[in-house]
Amino acid sequence: MIEVRGLSYGYSTGKRIKFDDFEISKGAHWLLLGGSGSGKTTLLHLMSGLLTSQQGKITIHGTDITLLSESKLDHFRGANIGFVFQKNHLISALTVRKNLLMAPFLAGLKQDDSRVQEVLKELGLEERADARVNELSQGQAQRVAIARAILNKPSVIFADEPTSALDDQSCEAVIKLLLGTAHTNNAILVVATHDQRLKSIISNQLLLSNQ
Amino acid sequence: MSIISLVWNYLKAKPLNTALNIFLLSLGIAVITILLLFSYQLKEKISENAKGIDLVVGAKGSPLQLILCNIFHIDFPTGNIKLNEAERLAKHRLVKKAIPLALGDSYKNFRIVGTNQDYPALYQAELNTGQWWSKDLELVAGATAAETSGLKLGDRFASAHGLSSDGHDHEESLFQVTGILKRTNTVLDNLLLTNVGSIWKVHEEHEGEDHEPEIVEIKNPSPLVPTVEAGDSTLEVTALLLQYRNPIAAIQLPRFINSQSALQAASPAFETARLFSILGVGVEALMGFAYVLIFISGLSIFIALYNSLKERQYDLAIMRSMGASRVTLFIVTVLEGSTLTILGSIIGLALGHAVLFSFTQVIVESQKTGITALVFYKEEIFILLGSVVLGILCSLIPAIQAYRTDIHKVLAGQ
Repeated sequence: MIEVRGLSYGYSTGKRIKFDDFEISKGAHWLLLGGSGSGKTTLLHLMSGLLTSQQGKITIHGTDITLLSESKLDHFRGANIGFVFQKNHLISALTVRKNLLMAPFLAGLKQDDSRVQEVLKELGLEERADARVNELSQGQAQRVAIARAILNKPSVIFADEPTSALDDQSCEAVIKLLLGTAHTNNAILVVATHDQRLKSIISNQLLLSNQ
Repeated sequence: MSIISLVWNYLKAKPLNTALNIFLLSLGIAVITILLLFSYQLKEKISENAKGIDLVVGAKGSPLQLILCNIFHIDFPTGNIKLNEAERLAKHRLVKKAIPLALGDSYKNFRIVGTNQDYPALYQAELNTGQWWSKDLELVAGATAAETSGLKLGDRFASAHGLSSDGHDHEESLFQVTGILKRTNTVLDNLLLTNVGSIWKVHEEHEGEDHEPEIVEIKNPSPLVPTVEAGDSTLEVTALLLQYRNPIAAIQLPRFINSQSALQAASPAFETARLFSILGVGVEALMGFAYVLIFISGLSIFIALYNSLKERQYDLAIMRSMGASRVTLFIVTVLEGSTLTILGSIIGLALGHAVLFSFTQVIVESQKTGITALVFYKEEIFILLGSVVLGILCSLIPAIQAYRTDIHKVLAGQ
């Protein structure tokens, strides 16, 4: 469960952005909507501790992450949060399998090859385990990125514009995949987007207004 | 996955860049290794060969030539000195021991040295087979000389005049090998030893004085060559190796000898130091070249890391988002630089030894010096440690930048 109370963030430009209080219950799926500059990415980064020096409280599973030290925050993030970005941002020097194994390695968890195999199979990528990242199609790369995000079975998945670069067909596939894996792992899914196509799929919606 | 495997994959992803950086560094390290091996062994050999010899006395000429000729046996004699003058010196109160050397002949490029038992004793030489010479024209061969020239026990051969094998052969008197020495790793290995009388005999007959040696009883034997009368003014030797009786001799004896018109004294310690200062210029120039190579490779590694950091800012941010700490990213970057320099220096050390090895295999002359590529010095460990320091130094700035990566800015695309 995620709880946000009295959260605000000041940009270096002096602009200050305030967020309404909200709660997301365990296993719920939410859409974070708003135009560009409305603070969707900022809110996601604040909730995952990638961005700090905010005011207010962010509680995830009972832990107020704004009180954690940087190294504890790194560890908390690795163990609990999975990220999917608009671009896949895979490490091109590594194969698909090694990219996936980076997730447990960096989070300090046990590296389990059968888990990698399982997730790749789930996403229809078992043939590509030893392929290099630059040999993948864009759709495959995006699926690998999702596989990496869910490999550690995180209880929270944050997705930042995961579909805006995709055509309708891929968009639908990706969002179904995200929903499906979040459902399987009973994880909270928060998708930040301005992609109107998603509105009809996820009903819980949080609208950030341009302030 | 591990940090090492991540770093290795990063290096493998840019094979040309990685190979170039390693190659550049290994060249510099190889040059340093070769110089190190060469100059250390040369110094060792020189001090081993000059051990126990305080002063060399010979005919007037270049003092360096006197040393090179009579201690290292790589130069020609400056001339000869009269036996009676040498005797007078040998009996001097400041001289503990005097060893005569009579040079002039060789066999297959290996010098024949007329001397006495004190000379091999100087190098603690022991016989491998056979026995020491007991009369004229009997000869004991050094280990390398016997091996390379193929001389065996009981072989007879004619010597050639001078140091080259195409000199005139003294075919009238044949030397006979009566013994072969164990390897001493000194200049002795390359020499053929006999008594002084043999050298005289060979040259007498060469001059055509074909007469039977008169057998006379020797009443007052020479202290240097017991087979002849002391005070002979016609016989000559090439040089005399002296040992001082006490430290005062080091001050008085060279001055005393050099004041005599026909003689010259040269100190091995002083002349080899002079030789090294001459060689040193070349060694330093090469060293400088090697350091430039190493500096350039360090710079090249720095630039490679610095540039790849820009391409990798997403990798870094993503790794942070997956739970990597700032320190992890710092370590990854430093390890990448250090892996390059450690690999470079290991390959460089191996290359240095390999080049010297092929050098000693191909060039026969270098075998005579006894220089080998198969020794390791503790300085090579310092080279390895130095390369770690170099790796850390040239990856420090990129690593600090990796440490400071602002994940939010990178991921938000600002």
